[in-house]
Amino acid sequence: MAKAAQPRTRKAPAAARKPAASAAPASNRERPAEPVRYKASKQEMLDFYRQMLLIRRFEERAGQLYGLGLIGGFCHLYIGQEAVAVGLQSALTVGKDSVITGYRDHGHMLAYGIDPKVIMAELTGREAGISRGKGGSMHMFSVEHGFYGGHGIVGAQVSLGTGLAFKHKYAGDGGVCLAYFGDGAANQGQVYESFNMAELWKLPIIFVIENNQYAMGTSVNRASAEDQLYRRGESFRIPGIQVDGMDVLAVRGAAEEALEWVRGGKGPILLELKTYRYRGHSMSDPAKYRSREEVQAVRDKSDPIEHLKRELEAAGVSEDELKQLEKDIRKTVQDAADFAEQAPEPELSELYTDVLVGQY
Amino acid sequence: MAIELKMPALSPTMEEGTLAKWLVKEGDVVKSGDILAEIETDKATMEFEAVDEGTIAKIVIPEGTDGVKVGEVIALIAGEGEDASAVEAAPAKAPEPEVEAPKAEAAPAAGEDGGPRKADTGTRQLASEKTATVSDPDIPAGTEMVKTTVREALRDAMAEEMRADDRVFVMGEEVAQYQGAYKVTQGLLDEFGDRRVIDTPITEYGFAGVGTGAAMGGLKPIVEFMTFNFAMQAIDHIINSAAKTNYMSGGQMRCPVVFRGPNGAASRVAAQHSQNYGPWYASVPGLIVIAPYDAADAKGLLKAAIRCPDPVVFLENELLYGHSFEVPKLDDYVLPIGKARIVREGRDVTIVSYSIGVGVALDAAEKLAAEGIDAEVIDLRTLRPLDKATVLKSLAKTNRMVVVEEGWPVCSIASEIAAIAMEDGFDDLDAPVLRVTNEDVPLPYAANLEKAALIKADDVVAAVKKVTYR
Repeated sequence: MAKAAQPRTRKAPAAARKPAASAAPASNRERPAEPVRYKASKQEMLDFYRQMLLIRRFEERAGQLYGLGLIGGFCHLYIGQEAVAVGLQSALTVGKDSVITGYRDHGHMLAYGIDPKVIMAELTGREAGISRGKGGSMHMFSVEHGFYGGHGIVGAQVSLGTGLAFKHKYAGDGGVCLAYFGDGAANQGQVYESFNMAELWKLPIIFVIENNQYAMGTSVNRASAEDQLYRRGESFRIPGIQVDGMDVLAVRGAAEEALEWVRGGKGPILLELKTYRYRGHSMSDPAKYRSREEVQAVRDKSDPIEHLKRELEAAGVSEDELKQLEKDIRKTVQDAADFAEQAPEPELSELYTDVLVGQY
Repeated sequence: MAIELKMPALSPTMEEGTLAKWLVKEGDVVKSGDILAEIETDKATMEFEAVDEGTIAKIVIPEGTDGVKVGEVIALIAGEGEDASAVEAAPAKAPEPEVEAPKAEAAPAAGEDGGPRKADTGTRQLASEKTATVSDPDIPAGTEMVKTTVREALRDAMAEEMRADDRVFVMGEEVAQYQGAYKVTQGLLDEFGDRRVIDTPITEYGFAGVGTGAAMGGLKPIVEFMTFNFAMQAIDHIINSAAKTNYMSGGQMRCPVVFRGPNGAASRVAAQHSQNYGPWYASVPGLIVIAPYDAADAKGLLKAAIRCPDPVVFLENELLYGHSFEVPKLDDYVLPIGKARIVREGRDVTIVSYSIGVGVALDAAEKLAAEGIDAEVIDLRTLRPLDKATVLKSLAKTNRMVVVEEGWPVCSIASEIAAIAMEDGFDDLDAPVLRVTNEDVPLPYAANLEKAALIKADDVVAAVKKVTYR
């Protein structure tokens, strides 16, 4: 097939592209149906909007706190990709289904209803942080929610997520694992080792490639021989669907389709979410590998939050209502930031705790 | 001249086997490729093919004979134009099968009569069957003991824990239908089925991650590596995913997984298949690292490892799999993790070792005893956390220490023990701590070089004489 020869920097990411699943090679294998855009109620749309806006404002504030030196190390922001986590995770059952992701994990945690305060306090390395200040931005977990991290090694979460799916099947608990990874991780060998086992054993897992177009500074087509990443499961008989990751309702629609497939015992499915990150790879990335115009074009044309805002307005949600919502979210984020700033650092004795569980 | 058919070596470590079945009889004409017999090793039943053409003139070793040494003549073939009956009449050169011959003395067979000499291996000097002279204080007095191979002990440990806890399962390459590449998982598939005994593709990185993820989800996986050499492909998950997550999650996320398999030098398999990862894993906080020597410890410690709430690296040794030791007959024999054991008491010097090195140390202790030096031997059993107290207490008694390790010298467990003796036992030292380790080279293939590279009892004896100024 003809591969895009030029970098796709000028195209608006996914929004304009039609999901290409129907163009997959003809085969007599059963395939999931073409997903349909989710028909959300007004309340559901408001919920999605609130969650996406919370992630956006939270991340903006995290970027600010980083600039002030309150957050250290690596800090990867989710701005621009909000529709992915919100659209997918809104279809899951917290506590029953499991979620695992890489180091760009703040958004996935917020989308799973985890308290912004303990996330922000982890970013600032405080005792009250969700990992007691010992994990930091990239290593956050909430076993209670079924959120299994937050992993710093690119691609590791794909094998680990396959293990979580193995557990769902072994225990017969009806749960599904949602394992996120990026377009960069999609070139790691263990991803394919995991695809093979997941399909071989028909594990209940949705592999989600968040294709934000850049693996750090390398664009997808500079690093991937097959840059239509939803096809990456084909040689393992894992069906793939390409989804507009800038449209939360399209994402939710794909999640419904994927869940039906996986819960039906048909094994794994692969979703490629075409999305875009507005910020650098991490806070220390000046993002010189793309033009300001490219970023601005996406913001102008495809922003997931603005997109949904217009739909809400069309559905009759008043400007005042949206303003109030925005105000509430700013307050939540402000409270989280204050909490994260004021909470004490861990006791020095914490240095030695939780290395091992048992006493030997 | 009749052609001698000799007992073949069917694996790198095979010394002897059982001639299970003859598929030909005297007088049969055979040609290259015909299956002549079935031979059982401790790992598998193998078919023995003819290479030469001719008539089976005499079957020297009858079927059903155990303990047939590699290289022993098992049948004679009369070649073309030779009278098979004449061959039969000729006095058989082959010795009678020495069924009762003790294993440990397996001498290089053949060669004496000018035939091809079976190359010696450096691992012969390693694989002692010396047993502890001090009984384990964890075994109640009067307990019935049963001779068990290390291989069976490991299998029994897994089976017992799988019976007790449905969350425990085994995964790895060839663990199920093949019954284990080294037959450690033999019989588990039959008893527990394919839900709990799972063959994986050859995909170490992937299945180490799957096992680790399943443990994070609340199961208790036993991940078998065919050998730890292949686990290097998976070391990222062992260290970055399994060992660190509890700490990084502020104690939320447990990872009760066991990574097990053979470690250290095997026989004549050269550099990529012969290395000791004990020091590698023992340097990582968040891991438990266990390396047992005898069958009782293999069983008691593997059961402990499976129950352990932390990730465990369990280092076995292929050369010891077929060795038999006394194992206590107890319903639930579980040993403490992190406790070394004195396997021989002595006054003059402390020899510290673990895994296969313990046998070498015991060999050396016996030689030293003959020269009037009374050595105490400590088996560390757990490499992390290391039982400093037992080591230091013994040092306080003997004032001299030698560490024996089947592994490289640099940044080794031996180095660690030396540092502990310096930091915490300096006043008890009457001589520098000496290390007896393998040579600091990749393990060579050639038999003589392999032998030169690996530890031997005589090196230990020499080191002990140095520290005792004899």
